[in-house]
Amino acid sequence: MTDTSQQGGGPAAPARKHGETLMKLTARTKRRNAAERRFQAYGIAAIGVGLLMLVILVVNIFGNGMGAFTQTFITLDVHLDQSKLDKKGNRDLEDIKKVSTFGYAPLINRAFETKAADLDLKSGLKPKAMADLLSKSAAAQLRDYVLADPARIGQTVSFRFLANSRVDGYMKGRVSRESIANDKNISAAQLDLVDELIAEGTVRRTFNPAFIFGADASDQRPEAAGIGVSMLGSLFMMVVVLALALPIGVAASIYLEEFAAKNWLTDIIEVNISNLAAVPSIVFGILGLAVFINYMHLPMSAPLVGGLVLTLMTLPTIIISTRASLKSVPPSIRDAALGVGASKMQAVFHHVLPLAAPGILTGTIIGLAQALGETAPLLLIGMVGFIASNAPDGVAAGLMSPNSAMPAQIYEWAKRADPAFYERAWGGIIILLVFLITMNTLAVILRRRFERRW
Amino acid sequence: MPTAWLVVFVLAVSAIGYIAGRRRALNSAGGDSRALHSLPVYYGFNVALSALVPSLLVLAVWLLAQPMLVENRVSGMIPAEAIPESSTLGLVMSDVRRVAEGLDIAVQQGALSEQEARAIRADVTDVRARLGDLGVALGSDVRSEVLSAAQRYRQITATGHLLMTLVVAALTLGGLGFAYARTNKDFRARNVVERGVLALLILAASLAILTTIGIVLSMLFETVNFFRLHSWTDFFFGSTWAPNFRGDSELSILPLLWGTLYISFIALLVAVPVGLFAAVYLSEYAHGHVRAFAKPLLEILAGIPTIVYGLFALLTVGPALVRVFGRGSEGLLGVDWMSGATSVLTAGVVMGIMLIPFVSSLSDDIINAVPQAMRDGSLGLGATRSETIRQVVLPAALPGIVGAILLAASRAIGETMIVVMGAGAIAKFSLNPLESMTTITTRIVSQLTGDTDFASPETLVAFALGITLFVLTLGLNVLALYIVRKYREQYE
Amino acid sequence: MYDTAKTESALDQTETKISARNVQVYYGDTHAIKDVNVEIEDKTVTAFIGPSGCGKSTFLRCLNRMNDTIDICRVTGDILLDGEDIYDPKVDPVQLRAKVGMVFQKPNPFPKSIYDNIAYGPRIHGLARNKAELDEIVEKSLRRGAIWDEVKDRLDAPGTGLSGGQQQRLCIARAIATEPEVLLMDEPCSALDPIATAQVEELIDELRQSYSVVIVTHSMQQAARVSQKTAFFHLGHLVEYGETGQIFTNPEDPRTESYITGRIG
Repeated sequence: MTDTSQQGGGPAAPARKHGETLMKLTARTKRRNAAERRFQAYGIAAIGVGLLMLVILVVNIFGNGMGAFTQTFITLDVHLDQSKLDKKGNRDLEDIKKVSTFGYAPLINRAFETKAADLDLKSGLKPKAMADLLSKSAAAQLRDYVLADPARIGQTVSFRFLANSRVDGYMKGRVSRESIANDKNISAAQLDLVDELIAEGTVRRTFNPAFIFGADASDQRPEAAGIGVSMLGSLFMMVVVLALALPIGVAASIYLEEFAAKNWLTDIIEVNISNLAAVPSIVFGILGLAVFINYMHLPMSAPLVGGLVLTLMTLPTIIISTRASLKSVPPSIRDAALGVGASKMQAVFHHVLPLAAPGILTGTIIGLAQALGETAPLLLIGMVGFIASNAPDGVAAGLMSPNSAMPAQIYEWAKRADPAFYERAWGGIIILLVFLITMNTLAVILRRRFERRW
Repeated sequence: MPTAWLVVFVLAVSAIGYIAGRRRALNSAGGDSRALHSLPVYYGFNVALSALVPSLLVLAVWLLAQPMLVENRVSGMIPAEAIPESSTLGLVMSDVRRVAEGLDIAVQQGALSEQEARAIRADVTDVRARLGDLGVALGSDVRSEVLSAAQRYRQITATGHLLMTLVVAALTLGGLGFAYARTNKDFRARNVVERGVLALLILAASLAILTTIGIVLSMLFETVNFFRLHSWTDFFFGSTWAPNFRGDSELSILPLLWGTLYISFIALLVAVPVGLFAAVYLSEYAHGHVRAFAKPLLEILAGIPTIVYGLFALLTVGPALVRVFGRGSEGLLGVDWMSGATSVLTAGVVMGIMLIPFVSSLSDDIINAVPQAMRDGSLGLGATRSETIRQVVLPAALPGIVGAILLAASRAIGETMIVVMGAGAIAKFSLNPLESMTTITTRIVSQLTGDTDFASPETLVAFALGITLFVLTLGLNVLALYIVRKYREQYE
Repeated sequence: MYDTAKTESALDQTETKISARNVQVYYGDTHAIKDVNVEIEDKTVTAFIGPSGCGKSTFLRCLNRMNDTIDICRVTGDILLDGEDIYDPKVDPVQLRAKVGMVFQKPNPFPKSIYDNIAYGPRIHGLARNKAELDEIVEKSLRRGAIWDEVKDRLDAPGTGLSGGQQQRLCIARAIATEPEVLLMDEPCSALDPIATAQVEELIDELRQSYSVVIVTHSMQQAARVSQKTAFFHLGHLVEYGETGQIFTNPEDPRTESYITGRIG
């Protein structure tokens, strides 16, 4: 092309008759092109802002939350003194149970004293101050351990105690010598002791399964709080949602898509469904509170009620996606079935529904994922507060006894003004997101795998 | 849970009915299934459904209706003069329910025998103290009218429950017997079953309407109760939100509405330009692989639960804003305009981030619906792409984009967790975006959590707020869907 | 319909407006236009005919670089407008398209008023210094688009409210408003009824006075009616190019003859 452009580039080209040469940009074109570039830059900037926010969010979640999965433990040799725990010496469980956690505290103090003596530490701390490095639940931990096997009384056992959240924060860099200036829960001298114990290997930070599987703990003991029980609460709610929303949603979609005549009733139902999909979730919470709890007197905070509320909230999503997948099954399939003498009902249930099943499943999973992350309605039906402290025993209790749910538990932790709980809230979000990502991935795989092009 | 056992009983009877019906049909045809009108399973289903469906429906209706009927009967027992000044029938009835519940618990725990519970008299026993021992706290001493009403309440409820069990069981067995008797080889079982299934499908579809009715009614009743206790002029036109559980509250929606709208406005200020430009770039400029990469990533933002955004607002964005606008000379700007992490700006910005993908994917669809011929026409005249977009594509897509923005606004107004965690709790009219403000949804949460007394205006106001929110968002949605639909029709 | 003698005499005065040399067009791996050479004359209507998918529209869209908007499209060879290579990197397609206007298959008025439809091109190219000049351009364009009388009383009405034939003439007027030198028309009558088609064809004949018009059509009758020169495309090749009369009465290539007599296409 070069030769021609040279040939035609001269202003005196004989072929030119009117207008200006194309080879020179006019000032106006330059201005317009600059505007064009600016406009494109805005677009790129907008996408950049969106993606940047995503990155910041993800970095934040993982940066703040990963700590929740590890916990600081202090390993001590504890002498389970028979004279304190079982004065009669007959290992009678009932007698041993009479010793309260206060009875165990001295054992722990003693263990610290021994440790300090062994290591020849001159911290000048009293044993009680040393024992304060442990979680407030340390004595209870030890008691449970002894009650599980009374034969251990009299022995000296190596026991791994949960460290106090301040010690844990020190290990994770959240607590520093500067930041404890006004903190009466821990002193610089205690941190010196921790430093020595770290060097010696007594204080260690390891993976903490109790966060994933354990129960919530009171706001004095962030180090012991876990999300496991509220996870069960979420699970029971999801079971309720799945058991109700899927059949009802599919039935409603089948009627609207396959049987409904075009009339005012159908119109009303359709408009209703698309509007329900956009009703704020908190309104469903109000509905749940008013109908299920105040009117029907179902128990407060029960996963059953949570599940019912989330079912009503998820139904429109499931109906909309189910109708889309029913619609994508070509009419020829129905004609074929009717043609061999099947009734309309048989054609739908035997042929259309199985073909639409992957799409329905995908929509259901996405609806469930939405329900799993929903918080606002759960606040109103009382699934929040320090209630996820005991794992339910059995299905009936799982449905009816008070519990929390993962997002509500996260909210509860975020409300407790202690950075140690904030870490757990972020950690809870990681777990919640793992569930959501798994569900959405599953949905994408299902869609890819079974997507049919007619 | 006797009701659960009742359901188990109904299910068991239906299962037996299925087997029995199938067998009877086959027997009537002499074991040759070809002689039957329908496939054998349909005879089974016919019997099973006849036993199952009517009884479960009656059970459901009964469970819904009984509390209302009992309430009516019992409230008739309370004479007008027994209702103290400054109280209402509703208040007295809630006392009655509390006492009845307390008696139930007492009987359950064995503190009272059934006879004692029925015979207990207010002028003889200090009912409040006895129930208090069992953990049932009552606000005031139990008056004899209330106690006898409570006893009556318990009695009617128990009778109703017994009656319900009997009726449901009878319906189950009757349905089974009726369908079983009709079963023979010429019976058109398939047609009957299919009609039944169709009825169930219709029932499922009507649930959407029931839900809406439920939402409206549940809020409407309590709202009416609220307006009995509190003047509606103060609610709609007052200027102060100051709930006070000792009474004398000022409960005006206007400051809350202001906070809601202000935060939503900031959210849209973030989401609309970013979302719109992102959509324009993705649909008009981006190459296939950029689009395939950026679009799903942006949509991840939409799939993140709002609790995550709430935490992000409370713990990340709020403190970051304080670092910039607050802390006096230690802050980045050296000013002290912002004291706490919660503010209109905090909640608005985070909500804006949440809405970016919402705006962008809706706008993307709408921009893509503008026919390519429009773009060609403009490009063919020598317009640049941006001129084409600004002067032809966007004006053509404007109605749809307005619809999308309205939908986003309705989302913002109804959003709860972000404002609960990021906006604060102070109701006021202020233009300063760095101050804490509160919204309708936050107040609903705070009025309905914790210790709630459903007879006080401070609790009931939440329902009035809820129905206002519902009407507001519904109006926006209907308008937006209407505009979007009109817009789509234009290019179809 | 048209006076052939007059056409002949008009042709004598014409000179080359666009010349294409060895043009190849690829859509991804598909070779859509193969080695096309053609000289398009000024003040002449040139018709591109050929069966569907023969590349005539593709080639037309090369002449004002509308193909640039398609990512996978690649053009090689030279296309010269008044001796200047329009694919030269120095050429801005925006300026080029102001000189080489285009009218599309389906009438595509913008969802704006009739006035704004016409004024759109002059506005973006800055052709008018004030409102009065713009009014003048709009009126002139509408008159030359032979639609002034029909719309002069409702310039504020939306362009989409016109009938199909009026819309297409509006689009032609819109293209004229930017003062182009060449007018490309891609099957401008395929979406119109016979009466509207006749009106547009008449307009095309008038436009020949001032512009070089290139029209793609798959109606051979239309080509015969409006054009002075005809190019026959087949499977991406330019098979034959010459005087319209000659192509239709005495084609040189057997493929042209087959197409004209209806055996292929």
